[in-house]
Amino acid sequence: MNLALKDIGFQRLRFAATGLGLGLLFTLVLAMGGIYKGLVEEATQLADSLEADIWIVQRDTRGPFAERSVLPAETEARAQVVTGVRSARAFTYVFIQREHRGRPLRLGLVGLAWPLDRGDRLPIVEGRALRAGRYEMVADRMLGFALGEVVHLSDENYTVVGLTRGMVSSSGDGIAFFTLADAQRIEGYLAPESLRLARAGRTGSSFPAPFETAIAPRQEQVSAILVEVAPGASAADVLQAFQAWPDVTARSASEQRALLLQVVDKPRRQILLFRVLLLAISGIIVSLILYNMTVARTHEIGVLKLMGARTSMVAGMILQQAMLLWAAGYAVALALAVLTFDRFPRKVTLTGEEIVLVGVVVFVVCVLGGLAGVVRALRIPANLVLAS
Amino acid sequence: MSALGAEALRAEGLVKTYGSGHTALRALDDVSISTRRGEVAALLGPSGAGKSTLLQALGLLSLPEQGTISVGGRVVAVDGQAREDLAAIRRGGMGFVFQKANLIPFLTARENVLLALQINGRVGAPAAKRADDLLGYLELTERAAHYPAMLSGGEQQRVSIARALANEPAVVFADEPTAALDKKRGRDVIELLGEAAHDHGTSVFVVTHDHRTLDLFDTIYEMEDGRLRPQPPVS
Ligand SMILES: Nc1ncnc2c1ncn2[C@@H]1O[C@H](COP(=O)(O)OP(=O)(O)O)[C@@H](O)[C@H]1O
Ligand SMILES: [Mg+2]
Repeated sequence: MNLALKDIGFQRLRFAATGLGLGLLFTLVLAMGGIYKGLVEEATQLADSLEADIWIVQRDTRGPFAERSVLPAETEARAQVVTGVRSARAFTYVFIQREHRGRPLRLGLVGLAWPLDRGDRLPIVEGRALRAGRYEMVADRMLGFALGEVVHLSDENYTVVGLTRGMVSSSGDGIAFFTLADAQRIEGYLAPESLRLARAGRTGSSFPAPFETAIAPRQEQVSAILVEVAPGASAADVLQAFQAWPDVTARSASEQRALLLQVVDKPRRQILLFRVLLLAISGIIVSLILYNMTVARTHEIGVLKLMGARTSMVAGMILQQAMLLWAAGYAVALALAVLTFDRFPRKVTLTGEEIVLVGVVVFVVCVLGGLAGVVRALRIPANLVLAS
Repeated sequence: MSALGAEALRAEGLVKTYGSGHTALRALDDVSISTRRGEVAALLGPSGAGKSTLLQALGLLSLPEQGTISVGGRVVAVDGQAREDLAAIRRGGMGFVFQKANLIPFLTARENVLLALQINGRVGAPAAKRADDLLGYLELTERAAHYPAMLSGGEQQRVSIARALANEPAVVFADEPTAALDKKRGRDVIELLGEAAHDHGTSVFVVTHDHRTLDLFDTIYEMEDGRLRPQPPVS
């Protein structure tokens, strides 16, 4: 006969409610870990999926994600001829805020070096990569576009041909991928009047040259050059070659990654702190629950002691209940995690390792809470029932 | 009157003081007593006389600061110090019945009896048979699967007697076990305890106010102001 189970069976509803409450708390602990991991993944996913060994950006900037970087477009051609370079692709990135169907549209605008890069490396979950040099876009699901949807940007229409997953800017808004030319056009969008003037300037050449470059400068500019090192070549040597260039800053992939993580450093630390706080709160709540469960059973524990029950029997009952609460609570937490984490606005990554780790930590929290109950139970005198 | 067996319990020179200084109260004032197996003893006395205090001392629940207590001829406590594992002596050799049944509310009548056996390390089929026999003996077979809240006061008290008798204890202590029952049921309870004492050689020690049941006792003690004086047997 197991006293812990008998007691719980006798007050099923109460136990279920307690398990559910703990479950919600544990879900938060899991979510915090998932959000932390998700933040790191989100921050680096775009850069990782571009598979560049070396990033070339504007001199002394930390671009193109952390700050604006502007390079002359011909840097791409200069990079391609460097020894040990397999490929060099221009890349643009800028964060824009427009309007779509009467609602604000915030997106990370990426231009890929069409036709060298059609977005085949992107994690496309639906649809396809870019096939035409113009008027197509691959968008992240976060933007809420449907496959085939036509999006009006800067006086042109773009058709969504593919959807990615997890490609977001540091603010958590989705990224959309275009050919370099389209991206530059969207980014360099000018008000209709200036555009008309600019067109007239280009065709009619009635404007002096300096004025034309002033109103349409972006056509010749990119954010970065993505360099792939040829097999057999030394990445360090190639990097050094670029670092010798006076007008650019070159970074290895891992340096670029570290830079991206710096951007989310504060939110990461915030989440970590919050998680530690949540664990402490869980510990206090679990301890209080088990302590109160013990207090509620003071009379029965007194009877058990009077009957000569061993300390191990009383402690066992309380600790087993602590473990059962853990099992119920963690089962609820895992179920909720599976059901809801995909619906969070930002990426929540739950790994098997994390499930085990959090499980062990909250188990220890529950056992410590149980020990608080045991300490209380040990102080209950054997003559309690007679003395009262 | 049945023949009495060996000594079950002996206490000598018990002194128990509650509080200290000028508010100190001598609840036990040099009390000596002994009971034999098969003996059914009553302890009478006005409220505050020290009866419950004596019962807690003899039941090894709260040791008096002076005096010696022996169980079955072995000294188990001297001047407030335990000489043996008192909980072990209680679970194997003592049973308790109170004014209230004090059953475990989340266990059925049968499980409450099984619990006493389990605490004493008795589990499995022999324990189950022992519990069922006791419940039958106390006419509780039909109520065995009921939780305490579903039992009447008299039924609860009978379950607590079954629980107290489960391990064939050398001594059963009862503190005003009939106080919450009507006359007929109160008498039933004392008769049941008496039967157990006489059939199994248990020493039964009952604190009572109920003078109508005194004919059922072998020995009657009276207490006043922490002092004990024996009475001649009734009948
Ligand atoms: N835990 C205690 N603390 C202080 N005084 C107590 C305590 N228990 C009993 N007493 C006092 O000791 C005396 C004897 O009490 P008790 O043994 O309960 O008497 P009875 O059971 O005969 O009514 C009473 O005066 C009572 O107030
Ligand atoms: Mg009393």
